[in-house]
Amino acid sequence: MFKRIVLVVGCVLLAASSGFAKEKFGSVVNGTSGSIQIKGSDTMVNLVQAWAEAFMTKNSEAFVAVTGGGSGTGIAALLNGTCDIAETSRKVTQKEIDLANQKGIKPVEFTVALDGLAVVVHPENLVGKLTINELADIFTGEIKNWKELGGKDLPIVILSREVNSGTHVYFKEHVLRQGDVKHSEEFSDSALLMSSSQAIADEISQNQNAIGYYGMGYISPSQKIVALAQDKNSPYYEPTLENVLSGKYYISRPLLMYTKGQPQGLIKEFIDFALSPAGQQIVRDVDFVPIQK
Amino acid sequence: MLRRQITLKAIKEFIIEKAIYLSGLTSIIIVLLIFIFLAKEGFAIFKTASIKEFLFGEKWYPISTPPKFGILPLILGSFYVTIGAALISVPIGIASAVYIAEVAPPRTKEILKSGIELLAAIPSVVLGFIGMMTLVPFVKKVFHIPTGLTAFSGAVMLAFMAMPTIVSIAEDALNAVPRKYKEAALALGATRWQAIWRVVLRAASSGIMAAVMLGIGRVVGETMAVMMITGNAAKIPHSIFEPVRTLTATIAAEMGETVQGSDHYYALFAIGIVLFFITFIINLIADFALHRRKT
Repeated sequence: MFKRIVLVVGCVLLAASSGFAKEKFGSVVNGTSGSIQIKGSDTMVNLVQAWAEAFMTKNSEAFVAVTGGGSGTGIAALLNGTCDIAETSRKVTQKEIDLANQKGIKPVEFTVALDGLAVVVHPENLVGKLTINELADIFTGEIKNWKELGGKDLPIVILSREVNSGTHVYFKEHVLRQGDVKHSEEFSDSALLMSSSQAIADEISQNQNAIGYYGMGYISPSQKIVALAQDKNSPYYEPTLENVLSGKYYISRPLLMYTKGQPQGLIKEFIDFALSPAGQQIVRDVDFVPIQK
Repeated sequence: MLRRQITLKAIKEFIIEKAIYLSGLTSIIIVLLIFIFLAKEGFAIFKTASIKEFLFGEKWYPISTPPKFGILPLILGSFYVTIGAALISVPIGIASAVYIAEVAPPRTKEILKSGIELLAAIPSVVLGFIGMMTLVPFVKKVFHIPTGLTAFSGAVMLAFMAMPTIVSIAEDALNAVPRKYKEAALALGATRWQAIWRVVLRAASSGIMAAVMLGIGRVVGETMAVMMITGNAAKIPHSIFEPVRTLTATIAAEMGETVQGSDHYYALFAIGIVLFFITFIINLIADFALHRRKT
């Protein structure tokens, strides 16, 4: 009986404290103390976490919490009022802007870094370069066997991210539909939807049949990078810092942050820090591409 | 003095009685509220998609324009994983329940029972992670299939999760069979196997049925482990060795992204209603099975 009472009291206390915590997070932050909630793109989590750590060392009064979940999750959280900054690897859609207007929120956009999307296969895969058309045909399910591309006679297993991922949306719009809004290509329905970039990396490194994509921050020796070209006659490029900066690598994109209205106080300081030379050095350290200033 | 004691006692009794009554009522009210909320958020999808399109549509592309909300591949995905898990866990579960209840010596019995309870204590995300690292590459190699992220891998992992439920409830049912049934069978010259198979198991069949149904209910509702190891491809599966996407994994993977009030959000709640009905029916069957014995 006593145990049960303790349990109930404990639950009540826990509920009360979590309610209290929420209140604290939601409060307006000013100066260099207070806390910021950042939510969104899985691609950017490592980068923003690195910024947050550096920022908190500089400002010991500040607290920055970073969570992933996908770009869509971040924007939804910004609109639902559960985060202060949304980190996204895609632009907001018109639909999201309309919804924001309905709620009286005006999202303000900041480009904080650049990212190349790396297309990766198992290290033993013979295929090392693809054109954008071939890549699109693989992911829509037109090309089903590696042998059609000069590889071994193995069925292709497509790995994609979940629909809440900005990377998923970006890849669909810029590779499958090649930037043309009138096109309506979809990922093949046999594409496996993986819950994180790391899950894609893990499956690629143990499966010879698989092909997947992720932000270049995830590149590691246990996956093989595929070089890409616009068409058969153009040169092939790998997702390196130089190729993304010069715009030669075809699938690269800006990484963004959204705030509710013009940022103020601590939120503004955090974004200023991310854009500062020190912040952009961190971008380079975690293998993304700094924005040119 | 005595009188005061009696009234105090009566008041105390009254309060306790009402408190128990209220707690009973509360759980029913909570279930009702959950259902009302589900219905309110879920039925809104049928303004944009007909019930037929929703239940029997073969394409699930929730974020395309126009979106396609067909959950047939998801229902089949859940179905494949559940049937697979049941085929594995039911025979093994019932066999171990019989062994524990009827055959095992007391010491072995204790060890086995606590071992199975421990199995129930493993969080599903841990099982999913272990499955991803060990079972998935193994399945790919053994069956020579393009990827190990299949309904089969999910079924094997979920069988582990259903087993503790099945074993412990089936064992209770077997223990509830009066000893004299077995003794009478043995006295009539039946062998031990005949007594167990023809008498004890038959007598406990309704309880075992309930155990199986509750185990299956656990499998249908499981989310984390299936999301990690079934591949999540929303395609109508033609065999258990293909990737599938289950109802639960779809809600878990996509709920975070949807904006409250969008069609996608309503569609996910409608999936919740479908799941609610499936588990409700399974629980109902289990209930009928349990009560059949009493009437």
